[in-house]
Amino acid sequence: MSGYDRALSVFSPDGHVFQVEYAMEAVKRGTCAVGVKGKDIVVLGCEKRSALKLQDTRITPSKIALVDDHVCLAFAGLNADARILIDKARLEAQSHRLTVEDPVTIEYITKYIASVQQRYTQSGGVRPFGISTLIVGFDQNDGTPRLYQTEPSGIYSAWKANAIGRSSKTVREFLERNHQDEMDREQTIQLTIKSLLEVVQTGAKNIEVAIMAPGKRVEMLPDDQIESYVKSIETEKQEEAAKKKTSRGGTTTAAILTRGGESAE
Amino acid sequence: MEVLLGITGKDFVIMAASKAIMRGPTIIKAEDDKTRQLNPHTLMAFSGEAGDTVQFAEFIQANIKLYSMRNDTELSPAAVSNFVRGELARSLRSRSPYTVNLLLGGLDPVTEEPSLYWVDYLASLAPVPYAAHGYAQYYCLSLLDKHHNPNISFEEGMKLLEMCTDELKRRLPIDYKGVLVKVVTKDGVREVPFDNDRVARSA
Repeated sequence: MSGYDRALSVFSPDGHVFQVEYAMEAVKRGTCAVGVKGKDIVVLGCEKRSALKLQDTRITPSKIALVDDHVCLAFAGLNADARILIDKARLEAQSHRLTVEDPVTIEYITKYIASVQQRYTQSGGVRPFGISTLIVGFDQNDGTPRLYQTEPSGIYSAWKANAIGRSSKTVREFLERNHQDEMDREQTIQLTIKSLLEVVQTGAKNIEVAIMAPGKRVEMLPDDQIESYVKSIETEKQEEAAKKKTSRGGTTTAAILTRGGESAE
Repeated sequence: MEVLLGITGKDFVIMAASKAIMRGPTIIKAEDDKTRQLNPHTLMAFSGEAGDTVQFAEFIQANIKLYSMRNDTELSPAAVSNFVRGELARSLRSRSPYTVNLLLGGLDPVTEEPSLYWVDYLASLAPVPYAAHGYAQYYCLSLLDKHHNPNISFEEGMKLLEMCTDELKRRLPIDYKGVLVKVVTKDGVREVPFDNDRVARSA
């Protein structure tokens, strides 16, 4: 122990605040969450922990929460911390409605959540929130999809598509390769589920998807529909793999298929 | 001299509230809406001290919404009215109590039973089949006593409301600028067109 991670609001000599960095480590251990923007839609996808045999999945809380009718939030990290943060956000959303008679903008509530997270890195007797969040939705009378991310440090940022949590780097790289502007509803949902499948091995039963469209309430994609998306993606993948195999058959001599180039060495 | 009326029927609650805002002898607004929707199936009509009314109603509205966001369920009209009564009772015992009278009408989201609650600024709460606040009580309760029964249809309910407004036009010494009528059914809350210019025959 270097001694600079005892009290929270203390820098280490090289400028780190260790507790915040540990909080980001907690995020990395949390289940993965993905957000993708389309043309006039925004989709959240979550990896769901597989339920134990006797667990009642119908009433076990989800990792996707509504902050207000038009704001949806997914998180990665400590579930218990998220509950508190979401509760604060919901209170602010209604308080905002009461004071200015307008629903919060997505940017406003993101800033609010980020500022709460920041406050917990600089006050005494508390520890930072061990969660990152993805906040999506549409502002009132505006068809522009919004997607923001917040981190334990209090940083917030806007994205076209992003992932947080376990293996988020893999998923983000996948999104960077496959995201296009102006995707329609089907494409956006497909990309969300496809990117999640990069890290979720167990398939459809461990995925949740929430869809938001302008002026509408959130839509949780039913399990059977997720299942059919997963199936079509898997057959697509198999077909592609089969194609690669046949096209490569003539050139490669290696008995075990490896990535192109690697086998040469 | 604000008018609030509520009538329950077989599968609906009709709520009517006068459209005038008065300050002393002057009418300063003639198209006011003295109602707030609390959730998809509960409507609250309010009268009383200017300023208190809207402040209290929107405070309640925000809290009911917050509850439904936090718990992912809608409160029943019975739960809402008891919450409202509690808030009024708390306020009554504070240094600056709200002077607000309320009618709460709604349908239970599960049973679809209509219900109406009469609440006054002293935090009395009473579930009733029909209700009025203010001077309208003197003129309308006798009419409703005679003609109301719990199984009336929506059309009969509107007839009953017309009888009430006719009587108010005849007896009330001032013009309350007609009533705004809303109805709560299992499909939610909607405004009902209402002819306020109809001349009441002399009784």
